[in-house]
Amino acid sequence: MQIKPSINRLGEKAILLQWDFNIAPENLNWLLSIKQILQKHVIESKVQIINTYNSLLITYNCSIENIYNDFNALKSYDFTGISYEDFKGKLYKLPVCYDVEFGLDLDELARRNSLTASEIIHLHTQPVYTLYFMGFLPGFLYLGGMKERLKISRKKEPRTSVLKGAVGIAENQTGIYPNSSPAGWQIIGNCPVELFNAHTENPCPFKAGDQIQFYSVSKQEYDKIKQQIKAGKYILKPESHA
Amino acid sequence: MPKVEVKKAGLYTTIQDLGRLNVAQYGVPQSGVMDSFSAKKANLLLNNEADAAVLELTMAGPILKFQSKTQIAVCGAIFDMYLDEKPITNAKAFQVNSGSVLRFGGLKKGFRSYLAVQGGFKTAVVLESRSHYPKITSASRLVNGDELEIDSLENTVIASARVNFEDQELFSNTIPVFKGPEFELLPQKLQQELFIENFTLTPAGNRMAILFKELLKNNIKGIITGPVIPGTVQLTPNGNLIALMRDCQVTGGYPRILQISEMGICKLAQKKPGEQVLFQLSEFY
Repeated sequence: MQIKPSINRLGEKAILLQWDFNIAPENLNWLLSIKQILQKHVIESKVQIINTYNSLLITYNCSIENIYNDFNALKSYDFTGISYEDFKGKLYKLPVCYDVEFGLDLDELARRNSLTASEIIHLHTQPVYTLYFMGFLPGFLYLGGMKERLKISRKKEPRTSVLKGAVGIAENQTGIYPNSSPAGWQIIGNCPVELFNAHTENPCPFKAGDQIQFYSVSKQEYDKIKQQIKAGKYILKPESHA
Repeated sequence: MPKVEVKKAGLYTTIQDLGRLNVAQYGVPQSGVMDSFSAKKANLLLNNEADAAVLELTMAGPILKFQSKTQIAVCGAIFDMYLDEKPITNAKAFQVNSGSVLRFGGLKKGFRSYLAVQGGFKTAVVLESRSHYPKITSASRLVNGDELEIDSLENTVIASARVNFEDQELFSNTIPVFKGPEFELLPQKLQQELFIENFTLTPAGNRMAILFKELLKNNIKGIITGPVIPGTVQLTPNGNLIALMRDCQVTGGYPRILQISEMGICKLAQKKPGEQVLFQLSEFY
């Protein structure tokens, strides 16, 4: 694995660190370990650091002077000795209702990939997905780890709107629409849990590096969870896992 | 709190400050004033904080009625403007009285203008910013009949300041840029073309992105989805150049061939569809 990133300025207010490696959970954890260390020990000023699959972007609010010092500090920083085990994400289990009321494209997916509905649900709920980062829409999770047998191309004609919470598949990715939105993904279910709320201090319950697993709920259970959320009684807690 | 009544909203008028700087990790766009140079100047004229919320007006401005005495300043694109039907000028502080009406007329130069009011507009703060953005703030633009809260100022002392830095630079057609992360993937001929050709803004531009008409035929591959920021210029497989602006997403999968400077973003924000720009390569100091 490549240890030393390429380090470049991205405009006057940002520094981009890029590694030449594949999309993999251990690479993500390695990036997030480095992010922690940079935030604690290397970068002097208050900055925002975000990650994608193979990059860290350090963004400054203003100060040009600090970016110059930090840039030089990063250039000579020794990235060896950082372990991917330095970062540990949390595991969350999220309910999804795969009822036909929500699973608008279950039939199409079943037909095109020669699967039954229960096989689709099994394949979708089995993996522990890795949350790489959020993008596209506020609170939209880029999840890795979907089963190859669920892979399907996007809708030929995107829908002008899908429900908040719609669970979709496109190519080898699966995701949840955090709000109602135009959508090109194949929709297989709906997750009742609120994934993004701009009016709370922590607008999204998850962070890059967390793990997500889905479990299937009936329409009745789905409605019950919705009611609990409405009453403010639903609390999403991470699993206590190894 | 006294209010400003929006009699007519204008073509596309939003509340903006300097945006949301710490929430990209949640996939939330930065937003904020498209032309920060002009917005900061308008706030400076009123002794406001640089991040006080202003109105961003696009191409056709609003009609506003003030419910209390305050001061205003307008910077950026040059419009005909009338305060109680008397013409007023850009880049100067004016006192408005309770009941005063500010009306924007024809656009003379540029594309976006910034109206600052003493103390800033006091609309709701969401994720540390007042900048309008769909599904973040409850409104995503002004509509007729809106009422915007402002500070009440009984004993306003008119600042006599007039900011004298010239706007010639703002309205020139050269856009300073840096090489983007994937610039070196371009064949040398395309690298040169980027700085020789004029690029024409298409009507498809908005606060998320500005698209250019001229195509750059290429066969460079897409990248693994990576970070993008306002000012990142992407090249699509079809050859389209896309300059990302303040409301852009936080990640993208097209090669990032250029990064526009902060001043360059402000200058691009002042260009109308159909106008041409020339990218000018800058080096980091």
